[in-house]
Amino acid sequence: MNSESEQDRLVIAGRGFRSRLMVGTGKFPSAESLRAVLDGSDAEIVTVALRRADLANPEADSVLSVLDPSRHLILPNTSGARDADEAVRLARMARAAGCEPWVKLELTPEPKYLLPDPIETLKAAEALVKDGFVVLPYIQADPILAKRLEEVGTATVMPLAAPIGSNKGMRTREMVRIIIEQAQVPVVVDAGLGSPAHAAEAMEMGADAVLVNTALADAADHCAMGRAFALAVEAGRMGYRAGFGPKRETAEASSPLTGFLDSLG
Amino acid sequence: MGFLEELRAYPEERVREWVDRSTEADVLRALERIEDREPRDFAALLSPAAVPHLEAMAQQAHRLTRWHFGRTIGLYAPIYISNICGADCTYCGYAVRSGNRERRRTLTDAELRVECEALASRGFQSVLLLTGEAPRAVSPAQIAHAVSIAYEHFPSVSVEVYALDQDEYAMLEEHGVDGVTLYMETYHPETYQRVHLKGKKKEYGYRLDALERAGRAGARRLGVGALLGLFDWRIDGFWTILHARYLQRVCWQSAVSMSFPRLLHVPERFHVPHLLTDKELVQLILAARLCLPEAGFYLSTRERAAFRDRLIPLGVTMMSAGSSTRPGGYAIYGEETLEQFEIEDDRSPEVVAEVIRRAGYDPVWKDFDRAFQGIQASVAE
Repeated sequence: MNSESEQDRLVIAGRGFRSRLMVGTGKFPSAESLRAVLDGSDAEIVTVALRRADLANPEADSVLSVLDPSRHLILPNTSGARDADEAVRLARMARAAGCEPWVKLELTPEPKYLLPDPIETLKAAEALVKDGFVVLPYIQADPILAKRLEEVGTATVMPLAAPIGSNKGMRTREMVRIIIEQAQVPVVVDAGLGSPAHAAEAMEMGADAVLVNTALADAADHCAMGRAFALAVEAGRMGYRAGFGPKRETAEASSPLTGFLDSLG
Repeated sequence: MGFLEELRAYPEERVREWVDRSTEADVLRALERIEDREPRDFAALLSPAAVPHLEAMAQQAHRLTRWHFGRTIGLYAPIYISNICGADCTYCGYAVRSGNRERRRTLTDAELRVECEALASRGFQSVLLLTGEAPRAVSPAQIAHAVSIAYEHFPSVSVEVYALDQDEYAMLEEHGVDGVTLYMETYHPETYQRVHLKGKKKEYGYRLDALERAGRAGARRLGVGALLGLFDWRIDGFWTILHARYLQRVCWQSAVSMSFPRLLHVPERFHVPHLLTDKELVQLILAARLCLPEAGFYLSTRERAAFRDRLIPLGVTMMSAGSSTRPGGYAIYGEETLEQFEIEDDRSPEVVAEVIRRAGYDPVWKDFDRAFQGIQASVAE
């Protein structure tokens, strides 16, 4: 089994990862709770809001102080950016401060539901790819936008399952299904996954990875919830790879409808 | 156009009738409608009929706040850059009628830098600059200049100053302001006229539209609030929620927040006509949270320490700490400058941060970065 999961690595921009669970670091009650989630989940890709991160004093920062560059890829995100210029500036600032040139593009001009702006996201993605960044854009579950982003060279697409923090699960299921079907880059389902079952559902659909934050940050037992999500992601992935039988809406008809063809002369 | 028109659809008599006639069934219905609460529901949650359901409201307020903000509380501090004031607001320690000319001043650039350094050394990365109602003593250009100085020290600078024109707000934005707070004091026009006796502040409509002007000028954060105690809090609370919702629609790129300044310490000459009890203040905060799940809620040091600590899980998202309400109050002046009001919670920022931690929340000092605005933090000319 280990060798199988070894072979089934998540590859983003040529870099391999064991874990298909990405963790967001907002909303945690303490550095200890974040550490517990990371220990429990064994997640490798951890996203950090540049808005919150104090890159000048990482030891004093309740998020950065927990991360271990030998275990975790710190994926800076641009949450809070309202337009492409702001997002590009933030990404460059992070790179100048010593972060790897990877960025999770979050362009959420509307603070109420934090929904991503497709137009600014596409603009920023194009600029950052040209500038040498590995770009992972957070997007509405829009299959055409996903293709457009892929064309400008993003490393993944990250459609939302439901609004950030809503814990509502795969509300965008039909559109995410189309995105997965057409994608040439890894599809990471981001935002709205409220329970391990939701994460498993996304993985069973064929998502390459999921990103979870609120449901982990808000757990009573952080380590256990981290582990639960990791197992659900693994189970969902394994189920997807094992191949499901066709889904049936109703029971099979017992009397054949075309039997009469045989008796025709 | 503007909020005044919407406000006119909810006159005092109508809101009062809703509040007075709300039944337990109305409250329970309002409690169930988590995502689609309407003005009728605001009134039910603010009504006396909701009092027996405060616990259920608190549980839901706690959950909603956690969904939207997680278990974090932001920390900020006010900096009074001037206590000179040309207005005569009957309830305020800064009003011209409070006299004390010799105790009034506007900080010099050098003094402001000293104050900023003192706050930055205590860990603050987010500050709120305040002035009196005195454009002649502190012009919009001077406020913008003060913003530039504060911006050298803090990634997030908000202002709480007299109402400005849209181009003046735009100028503040250019100098690094990311948030504008402006309390309407009271939305009740007659009360407003009765307590504001002098200066431009008398113009109810100009103040009412100020936050919308700030939003149109690009402010990222807009802070509403009524000065609690001037008028019936249930009705002013209703109008404040309505205003917040209006701003969310019209200024869709701005995050709308709400504050709950309760009049406690007022000049001796003033009698607070609608003093709120602790329980009433809690009901207002809970009702507001249920109607505005995504709004930041500010809690200042006007409230006493033990009460503030209890409010942490009930919807608060930002707390000030170690505050002074006099110009130069952090590092330069004591009694020799006039303060706006007495603070109740005088614990240090470190102690408040520790209390937040013990309550199971992460105290957040930094929640904004200069890179958003792309303004160099350098002294303005």
